[in-house]
Amino acid sequence: MKVNLKYFGMIAESVGKTEEVLELGENISLEELKARQVQKHNIADPESIQLAVNQDLNTEVELKDDDEVAFLPPFAGG
Amino acid sequence: MRYDRQIKLSEVGNSGQEKLQDTSVLIVGVGGLGCPAAQYLAGAGIGKIGLMDHDRVSLSNLHRQILFCEGDIGKSKAQVAKEKLEQLNSEIRLVAIEEALTIENAERIFSEYDIILDGTDNFETKYLINDASILNEKPWVYASIYKNEGQLSVFNYQNGPTYRCLFPKTTRQNISCEATGVLGVTPGILGMLQATEVLKIILGVGKIFSGKLKIMNILSGSEQILNIQKKPTEIEKIRENGIIPVKIECRIKDAEQKYLDIREIFEQPKINSENVIQIPMSVLDERLWEIPKEEEILVFCQSGKRSKKVVELLRNEYGFEHLKNVEGGIETIIV
Repeated sequence: MKVNLKYFGMIAESVGKTEEVLELGENISLEELKARQVQKHNIADPESIQLAVNQDLNTEVELKDDDEVAFLPPFAGG
Repeated sequence: MRYDRQIKLSEVGNSGQEKLQDTSVLIVGVGGLGCPAAQYLAGAGIGKIGLMDHDRVSLSNLHRQILFCEGDIGKSKAQVAKEKLEQLNSEIRLVAIEEALTIENAERIFSEYDIILDGTDNFETKYLINDASILNEKPWVYASIYKNEGQLSVFNYQNGPTYRCLFPKTTRQNISCEATGVLGVTPGILGMLQATEVLKIILGVGKIFSGKLKIMNILSGSEQILNIQKKPTEIEKIRENGIIPVKIECRIKDAEQKYLDIREIFEQPKINSENVIQIPMSVLDERLWEIPKEEEILVFCQSGKRSKKVVELLRNEYGFEHLKNVEGGIETIIV
C-alpha cells in the first residue's frame, strides 16, 4: 500500500522534507508506521508526537491505501 | 465615530459593538503574539483588556513586539503596553498585570476575564492556561510558533476539546523563538488570527477554530486544518484534581562539576540538579554568601552573555577567582 506523509515543525527538519510518498509492501498499523519513521529519521521525543490520518487527529483507525498521515510535534514559541 | 467602519458590517452592527464593549479579554504574554492582538482588540473596543507580562522590553524584542520602541527598553512590557494602548483608545479599560502566570494566581486572575488569549512562549504556561481555563470555564485562544510555522486553535470553547486533548504528552524540546529565530511577521500573523478568533467568539459569527488546529507555513504558503478529537478523560482529570503542573526539567551532563545558574526564575528550561546553585542575577548581590569561593564553578545563563558579565563582576568586585563562564549558554551543558 501507499501512504502520503506530511511532516511539521522540527520533524520536517529531522526528515529533511515536508512531505513524501511511502510505498509499503505490506499493510501496517499506524503505530508501526510511526515507529518506523521515528527510527529511520532519528526523530526526537516520539511520545509527544501526534498523528493525523486524513486530517483527523485520531489514531484509532486502520491505515488504508492512499491515506494521508501527518506527523505533528508540539511546539511553544511565541 | 470611532467604530463606524466595523459597525457598518452586518456581522457587527450596534448590538455587536455593545457585545465587544461588554467583554473582557486577558492577554497572557505581551510579546510577538500578544502585541498585535492587543492593538487590534483595543482598536475594536473590547471593554476591558488585561495585559499580563512579568518581562521587560529588550532590544531584540523590537523586530516583532511592535508596541515597543527603543525608548521603552528596560521598562515593564505590561505597563508600556497599557500606556501605548491608552493612546489608541481611551474609552476602554486597560489593566497592566506585571506578574508571571502561576498556579497560585491563575484561577483568581482568569475569573476576572471572559476570554483568555495565549501569547506565551513555553509549554509550562500553555498547560497552566489550559487547566485554569477548564476550571474557570473560559475559552482560550492558542497560538504557537516554530520558525516559519504557526499553529492556531480555540480550546475549551463550549465544552470543546482542550490543549491536553491535542497534546496529552508534552516534550522537553521547549524551543523558543529566541533560540530558533523567527521573522517578526510570523507571530504578527498568528497574533492577528488570535484576535480574529476573539472577535468571532464575542460576536458569535463565522466558524470558530474550536476542535480544529490550523497549521500554516508563512514561507511556503501551505495551510492545513486538522480535526482535534475531544478526550474527556484529559478534561475530567483537571476538573477532579485541579491544575496539574507540567514541569519541563533538564539535567546537567556533568554531575560532578558545580554550576551557578543566574537566570531568572521564569526562564526555561528549568534545571533540577544537585550540583547547580540557583541565584537569579536580579538578587545576586543579596545572596553572594551562597557561592563557594574555593571551588571551581561554571556560571551559565541562556546564551552566555549575562553570565560573562556576572563572572567579571564577581571576580573584579568581590574576589571570586574560581568562576568560569559557560560560553555557549545552557544548551551546551544539558541533556
